Amino acid sequence: MWNFILRNIGQRLILLIIVSFVAHSFIHLAPGEPSEVDPMNPRMKPEDIAKIRAAFHLDDPLHVQYFYWIRDLASGELKSFKDSQPVLPKIWDRFLNSLPLFIVATLLVWTWAFPAGIYGAVFRGGLYDRGTVLLSYALISIPGFFLSYLAILWVVGWFGVPVISIKTFGMEHAEPAYKMMDRVWHLVIPSVMAAVGGIAVLSRYVRSQMLEVLSQDYVRTARAKGLEEDTVIYRHALGNALLPFVTMFGLLLPGLIGGSVIFEQIFAWPGLGRLAYEAILSRDFPVIMTLNFIAAVLTLAGTLLSDILYAVVDPRIRLH
Amino acid sequence: MNEPKSSILSRSGTMPLDPEAMAPPETPWQEFLRIFKKDYQALIGFWVLMLLLLTALGGKALTEWWVVFDPEVVRLTDKFLPPFSVPSADSLPADQPFVGIYLMGTDELGRDVFARMFQGSFVSLSIGFVAVGISLSIGILLGGLAGFYGHVKLGFITIDTLIMRFTDAMMCFPTFFLILTAVALLPPSIYTIMIIIGLFSWMGTTRFVRAEFLSIRELDYVTAAKALGIPEIRIIFRHMVPNALAPVFVSATIGVASAILTESGLSFLGFGVPPPDATWGNILSDGKGFIFDAPWLFFIPGMAIFVVVLAFNLVGEGLREALNPKLRSR
Repeated sequence: MWNFILRNIGQRLILLIIVSFVAHSFIHLAPGEPSEVDPMNPRMKPEDIAKIRAAFHLDDPLHVQYFYWIRDLASGELKSFKDSQPVLPKIWDRFLNSLPLFIVATLLVWTWAFPAGIYGAVFRGGLYDRGTVLLSYALISIPGFFLSYLAILWVVGWFGVPVISIKTFGMEHAEPAYKMMDRVWHLVIPSVMAAVGGIAVLSRYVRSQMLEVLSQDYVRTARAKGLEEDTVIYRHALGNALLPFVTMFGLLLPGLIGGSVIFEQIFAWPGLGRLAYEAILSRDFPVIMTLNFIAAVLTLAGTLLSDILYAVVDPRIRLH
Repeated sequence: MNEPKSSILSRSGTMPLDPEAMAPPETPWQEFLRIFKKDYQALIGFWVLMLLLLTALGGKALTEWWVVFDPEVVRLTDKFLPPFSVPSADSLPADQPFVGIYLMGTDELGRDVFARMFQGSFVSLSIGFVAVGISLSIGILLGGLAGFYGHVKLGFITIDTLIMRFTDAMMCFPTFFLILTAVALLPPSIYTIMIIIGLFSWMGTTRFVRAEFLSIRELDYVTAAKALGIPEIRIIFRHMVPNALAPVFVSATIGVASAILTESGLSFLGFGVPPPDATWGNILSDGKGFIFDAPWLFFIPGMAIFVVVLAFNLVGEGLREALNPKLRSR
C-alpha cells in the first residue's frame, strides 16, 4: 500500500515538472507581450518599454525566465505585473471568495445527480427516465450564459431580489438576518447555474453505471433468492454502482478554477475565474502562469486522491 | 489451390454447406442502421443536422457568392424592428430585405438578423468541423503512435511514456481557461479560434485511440496480416484504423457540439470571432445588451445554438448506442 502511494506520488511529481514547463513556455511562446498592452499610448516611449521589459526579465532567455518564475513562486515573492502585489496572497483572497460558490455547487451536483440517475435506471424506459435523459441533454446543450441570463431575468422579475455580485452594496449596517438572506440570494443563483451542467453529466453516468450493475449476475441471483426488490436495489446493486464515483471526488478539485470563468463573469463574482480573466486581459503573466500551475497541481492531487480512495474502497483492485 | 477448402467441406459431415446460410444475417452497417432507426430522438437530431447543413451551405452561397441576403447592409432608419416587420418608408429600395419583410427583425444597426443568422450558420458549423478535424487528426496520430509503436524506445523512455505523459500533463490544465488564454494572446481571427479549440481538445481522443489500438494489435486478424507480410503502414491504416474509429466517430459528433458552445462562451467574454463575420455566438453575445428592448436579438440565436447542439448530442448518443455492442443488450 505505502509502496503504491509513494510510487504514485513520485510519478506525479515528474508530471508536475512537465506541467510547469508547459505552463511557462505556453504563455511565453504565445505572441502578445505585457509591454504591448497599451501600444497606442503616445507617452509610451521605446525606452519605457525597454525599462518594463528589463524589470520583468522579458529579455532573458526562456529557461532563465523559467528559473526566475520557479524561484519567486517557491519563495512566495512572485509579483503581479499589473500592480506589483504578491501573487499568492492575491490568489488566496480570490480563492476564499470562490470557495462558497464551489461548495454549494458541488453539494447541489451530488445531492441531485445521484437520486435522478438511480431512479432513472431502476425505472428504465419509463416516462420519468426518458424525461430526465432528454432534460439532461437539454441542459448540457444550452449555452451557460444564455441560461444564466434567463435565470436572472426570472428571479429578479419574480422575487425582486438582487443576484449580481457577492452581496448588495450598502447593506453593512443592516440586521444580521437581512444580511444573511442577502448573501444567500446572491449565492443561490450562480451556484445553481454552475451546478446545472454537472448534474446533467453526472446523472447520466450514474444512470449508465446503475444499469450496468443491474444487469450483473449477482443481482439476478439476489432476485432469484426471492429478496425484495428494494433490498436488491439498495443493498446489492447500489453500493457497487456507486464505487466508481468515489474517484470523482478527487476530480472535482480542478473545476474550482477552470469552470468558473464564465459564471463569475456573468454574476460579477470576485473569485478565481474573474481573477484569471482580468489577468488575461492585462497580460499579467505571473498570475496566469501561477493559476494554470495551481489548477494542474489540484488536478494531480485530485487524481492521486481518487486513485488511493479507489484502492481503499474496492478490494478487487490489486496494487502493483 | 482449392485443396484445403474442400477437405474442410468434406469433414463437416453429411450436411452440405449452403453459402447463403453461412453469410451473417446482416452486415454491420445494416445492423447499425436498424438500431439507429429505432432511436427516434437520434433520428430527429439527424434530420435537424441535415437541415442545418443545407442552411449552412445555403447561407454561404446566398450571402457571399450570389448576394441575395446581405448581412452587412446597415439601415439606420430600421433599427430594432421586431420579427416580421416591414421596412420603414425611409429606407432605400436597394437596401430592402429579400422577401420584403425582416423575418427575424433587425439589430442595433438595422442589419437583417435573418441574413446574419443565415451567414452565421456556416461560420459556426465550420468552426465546429475544423476544430474537431484538427483535434481528431492529432488524437488519432498520437494515440495510434502510442498504441502501435508504444514499446519502441527513444533513448531511455518509450514512445508510449513520452506521448501519454505529455497527454496527462495537458489534461491537467482547465481546457476552457487555456483556450481563453491562447485566444486572448493571439491576434483575433476566425482561424485562430478554430485552430486553438482544435489544438486543446485532442487529449480524450488520444487516450481512447491508444486503448483501442492496444487491444486491436493483439487480435488474430492483425497477426494474420503480419504473417502475410503486409507492410506495417498498410496494416495500421487499412486494417486497424477503421476498426478503432467507432468511438472516435461518437466523440467527434459530440466534439462539434462542444466546439460550438465553446465559441459562444468565447464570444460572451469578448474574444469571439471579430465583427465582419457573424457567428451564432457573437450574435447572441451582442444581443445580450438589448434583452429588454429587442428580445429577439437574444432569443433567436440562443435557441438556434440550443437546438443544434442538442441535435449533435442526441445523434452522438444514438451513434454510441448503435455502434457499441456492449450497450445493445440493455
